[in-house]
Amino acid sequence: MSSSKPAPADKALNRGGFNLEAIKLGGWKYPAFWLALGLVLIGGFVPVITGTNTWRETMFLILMAVSLASSLNIILGYTGYVSFGHIVFFGLGGYVGFYLIAVHGWSLWLAAPVGGLAAGILALLLGKAILHLRGAYFALATIGINEAVRTFVNNFDLFGGPVGLELNFLVYKDYGGPAAMQWSTYWAVFGLTLIIVVLSYGIKFSRFGLGLLAIREDEEAAMVMGVRTPSAKTWAYVLSAIVPGMLGVIFFFRNSSIAPPEAFRLHRSIEFIVMVMLGGQGTVLGPLVGATTYEALRSFLLTSPLFKDLQLAFAGLLLLLIVLFVPTGIVGWLRSRFRSLWRILE
Amino acid sequence: MEQLIASLADGLLLGFVYGLAAMGLTLIFGVMDVINLAHGPIIALGMFAMFFLSGAIGVGLNPYLALVIIAILGLLFGFCIYFVAVHRVLNAPHLSSLLATFSVNMMIIGVGTAVFTTTPRNMDFSIGSISLGPVTLLGTRLVAALIAVLVAALLYLFLYRTQPGKAIRAVSNNRSAAELMGIPSTQTLALSFGIGSMLASIAGGLIATFFSFTILSGGVYELKSFVIVVLGGLGNPTGALLGGLILGGLEGIVPVFMPVSWVPVIEFVLFVIILMVRPKGLMGGGR
Amino acid sequence: MSQNNGALLQVRNVTKEFGGLTAVSNVTFDIPQGQVLGLIGPNGAGKTTLFNCINGVFPITRGQIIFRGVDMTNWKPYDVVRLGLARTHQIVRPLQELTVLENVMAGACYGHEQRPLSQAEEIALEVLEFLHLAERRDQLAANLNVAQKKRLEMARALAARPYLLLLDEVLAGLNPTEIAEMVQVVLRIREQGVTILIIEHVMHALMNVSDRVIVLDHGELIAEGLPGEIVNDPNVIEAYLGDPALAEKLMSGG
Repeated sequence: MSSSKPAPADKALNRGGFNLEAIKLGGWKYPAFWLALGLVLIGGFVPVITGTNTWRETMFLILMAVSLASSLNIILGYTGYVSFGHIVFFGLGGYVGFYLIAVHGWSLWLAAPVGGLAAGILALLLGKAILHLRGAYFALATIGINEAVRTFVNNFDLFGGPVGLELNFLVYKDYGGPAAMQWSTYWAVFGLTLIIVVLSYGIKFSRFGLGLLAIREDEEAAMVMGVRTPSAKTWAYVLSAIVPGMLGVIFFFRNSSIAPPEAFRLHRSIEFIVMVMLGGQGTVLGPLVGATTYEALRSFLLTSPLFKDLQLAFAGLLLLLIVLFVPTGIVGWLRSRFRSLWRILE
Repeated sequence: MEQLIASLADGLLLGFVYGLAAMGLTLIFGVMDVINLAHGPIIALGMFAMFFLSGAIGVGLNPYLALVIIAILGLLFGFCIYFVAVHRVLNAPHLSSLLATFSVNMMIIGVGTAVFTTTPRNMDFSIGSISLGPVTLLGTRLVAALIAVLVAALLYLFLYRTQPGKAIRAVSNNRSAAELMGIPSTQTLALSFGIGSMLASIAGGLIATFFSFTILSGGVYELKSFVIVVLGGLGNPTGALLGGLILGGLEGIVPVFMPVSWVPVIEFVLFVIILMVRPKGLMGGGR
Repeated sequence: MSQNNGALLQVRNVTKEFGGLTAVSNVTFDIPQGQVLGLIGPNGAGKTTLFNCINGVFPITRGQIIFRGVDMTNWKPYDVVRLGLARTHQIVRPLQELTVLENVMAGACYGHEQRPLSQAEEIALEVLEFLHLAERRDQLAANLNVAQKKRLEMARALAARPYLLLLDEVLAGLNPTEIAEMVQVVLRIREQGVTILIIEHVMHALMNVSDRVIVLDHGELIAEGLPGEIVNDPNVIEAYLGDPALAEKLMSGG
């Protein structure tokens, strides 16, 4: 949960609550960073090595889960704010991007960043409005916002109301046909995963990240120590929203349709929390391990005839066991068991 | 105008039942600071209990007699949840209790989907209706509202007139002080959770007498309960009943002026706004 | 009204009301650069509330607070720190799941000098050395004992490199040896030119470190003077009569 050695370099004097200077990467020589990056790289290239579409689809889901969980970890694990309805950024970003592609004929490569931007702006506005709420109140507010957006989109004709929007398959021709499109979107998700893992690491070992951890531990004390808590929290929230927004666009583009229940499914939202908890909240490696384990387990359960229907119950049982017995998650548990591994398991 | 009055009256009747469900949620929050995310599935189980005890393919009990059994089952189920999932995480950070109760939610929904599927069930139950001028009230809804009020009154008497009830209020005010005074906090907390779950299952049973449902239906009422609880002030059971009436009233009035699908939008926007500006609820945070 | 009379901190007619209750009432005092000012008073006199008003935790109802010639009335705590005013808490607030080093680094990063991480680490190590916590740098703050947590609290405030340090009962809960050590620490901080406002119940220690003492009772400033004068002030003795144990400490402290 903590660094034993912070990042060097970065001579500039930082003044704002958050600026890019503050998350300039440091600590390249530390193994934790290479471990996290290496795992993503290896996982990402598995489909190339095996060359099968099944592997590509499996890895697509896993990489998407890793990047969503890692994004959530910035606000949940680092800052200590339980964003229960985090799926709203995925859904809203997805809708904005999908609308631009389906209705205005935008390219995916332009629509995805705009989807991320939309999610980021929503987080910025929400940050001003609800990040002053503490504990359970914040969690409830995020649920309320997800539901408010979902029910609103349900009524919003521009986004197709309850039926949602669909994509004409012909669009995929611009991306070299459906098969090529599936590969290029795969690489896009892979790229985003790399970005969010590097960003997670960079934030954690930055001055900005130290401020976030201080907020998580004791917000009052952090404020007294000089952390500009309102802006730090808001930036953490925005950073945790952008990648999910972009992923939403890519996911639903690939899916060729989008509708409110899929875009704003609260259960899915909580699955990301489970992934973060399972791996170990507040660590860089945790969401990676947690998301991979969870997705692998889920796809196994879904294909097993015995557990197919009980998949959700099984996930629930798993969650309960983690919460009761290993609240620090796999990585947290390993860290406390093996002190010598601290620098590797960050 | 007549349509408005009829719709409003109907909404208010439902509001009592919503309020009853929300009282369960708010009681648990008030006593132990836990938001019970298994609330919805418990409501749904109440619905299924009603279905199997008195439905067409059920045991064939009178629905209102079945309600007594549902209440007892709800109470016992609440004890189970408390000891299995909640007790150990009471002093842990908020995330733990949210996730622990949500894990119960997932287990119930998972098993429930496997066992009951998601085909809608219907009780086909009717006890006629009453006409008061332009307003026609469905008998099942009127009786449900009356029962909700009765249960709320019983809860009030229990909390203010009996020893365990007073213990619950004491623990709710200050758990460590109550423990110092010799109030067994574990029993009291378990009892509160049991009663919270009991109220939710009774509400579920009542709703089943007039709406069709699936195992997933509880989710809708859980979200309504959140809205109500926030309207009435987290941890305030009396506020919950009032919050239920406000929500029921809204559900009655809004469809007269705009498509019914806008109702939840208004509810959730209201919910978020109240959380933002008056997190202690419209009625203040009193217990 | 931001005239500078040479004092580092000027507290002018500060009043803090909570609902109908007046916790701090019309308090005025100055702290000249380089002094140690003791703040005493019976339990519930409003001492910690006054600290919270000065460093911006509570907005004040009336009055003015001028620090380094800048009117910082009702600034947020994080802006107050940047101007060079750091504090400790009566009940220590370590960042439990962070290491000792990280706790202190956070103080340096976000304190008066707004250091980047690498420099913050140097400052933190220096301060930890000074407070004899260096060998605990990689421990989690949660695993420290009370005396160590008190020193950590102090280290974090010092790492902010403040002009003025508010110390809220840093001796409470310590044994006599630890108290003697902590008094030495306070004196050495003062030698470095840091101005100090200190709340303390351990009277003899307070009398040893303070240049002047002010006394708060029921939120009002009832006396101000040299330590020797204060212990003989009839108003002060009367204020403490309701608290015989403290009165005794006060008398023996002279």
